[in-house]
Amino acid sequence: MSVSQRADSVTQPAQASWVPQLQKLKDALVQRVLPPLLILALLGGIWELLCSSPTAALPPPSQVITDTWSLIVNPFYDYGGNDKGMGWQILASLERVAYGYSLAVVVGISLGVLVGQSTWALRGLDPVFQVLRTVPPLAWLPISLAGFQDSAPSAIFVIFITAIWPIIINTSVGVRNIPEDYRNVARVLRLNGYEYFTRIMLPAAAPYIFSGLRIGVGLSWLAIVAAEMLIGGVGIGFFIWDAWNASMLSDIVLALIYVGIVGFILDRMVAYVGNRVTRGTSKG
Amino acid sequence: MTARYLSIEQVDMTFTRDGIDSQVLKNINLSVERGEYISIIGHSGCGKSTLLNIVAGLIDSTSGAVILDGKEVNDPGPDRSVVFQNHSLLPWLTVFENVALAVNKTFARSKSKAERHEWILKNLEMVGMTAARDKRPDEISGGMKQRVGIARALAMEPKVLLLDEPFGALDALTRAHLQEEVMRIQEELHNTIIMITHDVDEAVLLSDRIVMMTNGPSAKIGEILAIDLPRPRNRITLADDPRYNHYRQEVLRFLYEKQRKVESLAERRDKPAITDAAKARA
Repeated sequence: MSVSQRADSVTQPAQASWVPQLQKLKDALVQRVLPPLLILALLGGIWELLCSSPTAALPPPSQVITDTWSLIVNPFYDYGGNDKGMGWQILASLERVAYGYSLAVVVGISLGVLVGQSTWALRGLDPVFQVLRTVPPLAWLPISLAGFQDSAPSAIFVIFITAIWPIIINTSVGVRNIPEDYRNVARVLRLNGYEYFTRIMLPAAAPYIFSGLRIGVGLSWLAIVAAEMLIGGVGIGFFIWDAWNASMLSDIVLALIYVGIVGFILDRMVAYVGNRVTRGTSKG
Repeated sequence: MTARYLSIEQVDMTFTRDGIDSQVLKNINLSVERGEYISIIGHSGCGKSTLLNIVAGLIDSTSGAVILDGKEVNDPGPDRSVVFQNHSLLPWLTVFENVALAVNKTFARSKSKAERHEWILKNLEMVGMTAARDKRPDEISGGMKQRVGIARALAMEPKVLLLDEPFGALDALTRAHLQEEVMRIQEELHNTIIMITHDVDEAVLLSDRIVMMTNGPSAKIGEILAIDLPRPRNRITLADDPRYNHYRQEVLRFLYEKQRKVESLAERRDKPAITDAAKARA
């Protein structure tokens, strides 16, 4: 009797302390997760209804799941050649994006700093950039295939040339908008060029740079699917094209879902890094 | 000519925009002794800040020279640290890091790492900001930001400390509090200070001499008023002091009678008219 009483008195405060936390988690779930799930269920229902007749051109969601179940449960199979699991396909695409995008980040930020710092570079380069950035990504593919004589670097080049423009333009705007006060502080302290670059310019322009980086990563993911359709090989883009040729519409639907989710994750990752680096001054 | 600590000699400043010259400062001469507290007062647009920026080396005068401790000033440097009106702390650095940036750069060779660390803390302590050392500028009040700005400028051990309307953006109570702090610090360290202000009470309370500037364009030094009040000064007892009120009145008379700011649209359109009127008045 006395033992159970003591046990009660010990457990009660402990419970009281984590019940509100559980409540908070529940609130967050209801507010953040429930609405999109409801919309998703609604849209899926409409889709199912529209495509449920046997003459429908597209498969309903139920059929997509049954058709692609083997792909969903086994993302990392490898039967040689292009016959690899969805996981490998996406990783292959991500690898190309990683090369092209990293190159675009380095070159884009450097050119952006140049254009932002020097009036003459701005006058000379900005009109060129403004014209080139309107060229659609795939229009670069034939010329890069001709130049590189190989599909692998061509795909990377297309990613590079797609992602670089917003990075250059945002970086240069960020550098040009560094407040005069910060420049004056740097001058009074007699910071040298390197110190000015690392201590003042990069942090001051970081919010702009990261918004350019976010647009850039989104564009490169858009471009990779299209580029891979044309160059072939392993990759989510060619997987879609291949599925289309084999009339496997369910595979295409699954691939589109994966492409969307990966694109979303890439965007959030860059936003997260930006938020950490700028310490919350660039709103993700 | 006797070698003064800081002398501003025959400084003219003319800005050229779209091919039109406009003279802002004309024939400015001023000598400042070591440890002196100088205020420059005048109506807005009279070129006070331009003059301070010339002393700081942030802008080059059209002609004339600024000589500090026997050397001509040509570019900005830590021997003339500036407290800017809007604090200009770097928002991505903490309070400590903001001061550290200045200290580590200025004393990179002359102080060891440990000494520099001590020195940063000492300067933060001087302005009462030790507790907020790890806060970012966004997280502290306007008065606290200005304290950090002062600590950063003091920490460079400047030969002359330049204050550009340092309390202008603060509310009256915070301003009074910071004025006391600056007086206390100057008493302790005997800094040479040039302060831009348009607050008459502030000028009289803090300064050894008040430099009153005429209205622009082509502003020049109208009068210089020596404030002969014993230190430490106390704003409450001074309020009843006839000398204090006399000095105050002198400055007010200069600003509101001799250099009354008439800014009508007609005169703005027709700039030479102002110059003539100013000449006639002078």
